[in-house]
Amino acid sequence: MAALDPHAAVVTGATGAVPVAALTTADGRPLARALAISSRRARRRAFLLVLPLLAFVLITFVVPIGQMLHRSMYNDGFAANMPQVSQWFADTPPGTEPDEAAFAALAADLTAAAEAKTIGIVGTRINYDVPGTRSLFTATGRKARGGFEPPYKAALLDADEKWGDLRLWRVMRNASTAYTSNFYLAAVDRTRDDEGRIVMAPAQQQVYVMLFQRTLVLSLLITLTTFLLGFPIAHLLATLPMRRSNLLMILVLLPFWTSLLVRTTAWMVLLQQQGVINDLLVWMGAIDEQGRLSMMYNQIGTVIAMTHILLPFMILPLYSVMRTINPSYVRAARSLGATSWTAFRRVYFPQTLPGLGAGALLVFILAVGYYITPALVGGSSGQLISNMIAMHMTETLNWSMAAALAALLLGGVLVLYWVYDRLVGIDNLKLG
Amino acid sequence: MTLPSGNDGFVVFDHVQKSYDGQTLVVKDLNLSIAKGEFLTMLGPSGSGKTTCLMMLAGFETATHGEIRLDGRNINDVPPHKRGIGMVFQNYALFPHMTVGENLAFPLEVRGVGKAERESRVVRALDMVQMGRFKSRRPAQLSGGQQQRIALARALVFDPKLILMDEPLGALDKQLREHMQYEIKALHNNLGITVVYVTHDQGEALTMSDRIAVFNDGRIQQLAPPAQLYEQPDNSFVAGFIGENNALPGVIEQLEGGKALVRLATGELIDATPVNVREVGQQTLVSIRPERVEFKPEMMPAGAHTIDAEVRDVIYMGDILRARMKVAGSDDFVMKFRNTLGQTRLDPGQHIRIGWNPQDARALDLV
Repeated sequence: MAALDPHAAVVTGATGAVPVAALTTADGRPLARALAISSRRARRRAFLLVLPLLAFVLITFVVPIGQMLHRSMYNDGFAANMPQVSQWFADTPPGTEPDEAAFAALAADLTAAAEAKTIGIVGTRINYDVPGTRSLFTATGRKARGGFEPPYKAALLDADEKWGDLRLWRVMRNASTAYTSNFYLAAVDRTRDDEGRIVMAPAQQQVYVMLFQRTLVLSLLITLTTFLLGFPIAHLLATLPMRRSNLLMILVLLPFWTSLLVRTTAWMVLLQQQGVINDLLVWMGAIDEQGRLSMMYNQIGTVIAMTHILLPFMILPLYSVMRTINPSYVRAARSLGATSWTAFRRVYFPQTLPGLGAGALLVFILAVGYYITPALVGGSSGQLISNMIAMHMTETLNWSMAAALAALLLGGVLVLYWVYDRLVGIDNLKLG
Repeated sequence: MTLPSGNDGFVVFDHVQKSYDGQTLVVKDLNLSIAKGEFLTMLGPSGSGKTTCLMMLAGFETATHGEIRLDGRNINDVPPHKRGIGMVFQNYALFPHMTVGENLAFPLEVRGVGKAERESRVVRALDMVQMGRFKSRRPAQLSGGQQQRIALARALVFDPKLILMDEPLGALDKQLREHMQYEIKALHNNLGITVVYVTHDQGEALTMSDRIAVFNDGRIQQLAPPAQLYEQPDNSFVAGFIGENNALPGVIEQLEGGKALVRLATGELIDATPVNVREVGQQTLVSIRPERVEFKPEMMPAGAHTIDAEVRDVIYMGDILRARMKVAGSDDFVMKFRNTLGQTRLDPGQHIRIGWNPQDARALDLV
């Protein structure tokens, strides 16, 4: 019965007798494979062309960042060079008072480390947490050349009574494992107490959270000032006749062509208390000699100089977006009855948002990580978190701490990026 | 109460001049009076000043000299948003970040129209252009023709007294353009609004307008209804700009009784109607429309002068045939004739005698 139905025959014919996979090239090879072979060469060549860049990015970007992240939670300066005492810490619960066995292990490790000349590394690691202890380790190390005699506790206390300090032992316990979250805790002003609980660091050491906040606030402020200053200039650039807009563009780009140091120094000349602006104000009688404004070596100096330096990063994306906005939109709004302010607010401004978003993101991210300018004109109150990172890199040599701070900064920027993507959409970003 | 002449129109340009650089005049002494409910087209090549005139009327450019009046009121110092003129732009200028509905509501919103009334007027305007279904779309999701309708609806939604259109159909393909021409014309007839339409497309101008102002070099060359403009051009520019035209240079040989005899460079004589020639011996350009040229003696008026023409080629265009001929030493004389059953065939190289009704040949000034 069913076989006589012509429709049924068509249906089985379509699904059964002519499967899709049977498509072949003219000489009988499967079509899919022929396509893969024909496009493989082009793909391989394309890959070879981007290979140098891929390698460059891997070597100069991905690997260092990975290393940085690793270093922020891994430091074996103590654990690797002090194996016996590290073992004692592992065997005893936190808060245990060091006993004779602990001092014996410490004495053996100190002797070994002194002979292996690694005692300095160990001292540096402990010095991160208890300033001044590096010399304790190196001095004890010199005495340890001949070895210590039991009882070890008395011998070590005799060498330096600081070895009895319980705080030192707590710090050594924290350093006895190579993988540690302590650097991150320190980066948010937290530490571990004797029982290993996370508590606030002592008040005089709480600096990082405040610095993160200051960095955030100042970066937002700088983003705002670059927007307020850059928006009209970008609009002017986009609407002026070509020749004059080119001249203006050169003025905008001039900061890019000048050394960062020169620009910052120029601001120092202008802003300092005996500087040009203050002299001018005194000369005009706006302020008197005693009332000279301090516009430098504080947050005002940082904001002024960084606004200037980051301005092009706001102007250029705004300009590139504004240039594409046809003037007839505003004209249309005006002819439809909008005042010039309404036309700007309802029609022009919303269309500049992709450029504004890109510029704001760019300026904010750059400001968050800025280092040279706050270091030069910021004084003590204008320092940002990046200056602290630089200090840990170059002065205290606590690279793990620097890495932890940098990782938090990186995380913050990524979160911001994610929020931006959710709110505005990263596709709407127009950089040029 | 009597008004001075030229002051009785709905829109009046009174001795308007415009200069951008202080060196040259883009608009030279424009006088134009547009009646209420009229569809007036400003037609001209680019740079002729027609768009500048429109922008001065809309308020985006200020007149350097002269007065522009709308409904009897001088609007020289009225800012654009207070003029109450609807405008349709060349690129439509639909706000890309707003939906179609929001675009239409915009002029009502800035006028403080209440939400409920806004809603009903938006729907009414959208229905007027058959776009009711697209209220929540964004402009980018619409085709060119649809955007055009929305732009039209947006310009109409606040019931303006006057609508300006700046080459509104320039971006559409031919078929859609012709369709929209009828729709705009129908809207104009139904609503009875005044329209000032700017275009450089003479076909568009001829189809839609009540009157056409032909612009060139900052002046109105001729202001006339379409048929008059096409059939009785006032000068050589208008004759050449509107439609296809044959221009034969010559010298006036005889001038009497509204008829002129013109001697061509080859010595042949042709008939013409004098338009802006005044005396015998004056140089002239005789303008003849290709479809008014005859080559069959029975179609010409008795006693008409004929001249020799050598057929260069004949192009088959479907409804008509277009013959390019060598006449009076020039190679680009064109004759159009209907493609009827049994139409005489012309072959390249063939010599024929052509002539015309003297009314169809207009002796004009030199360009």
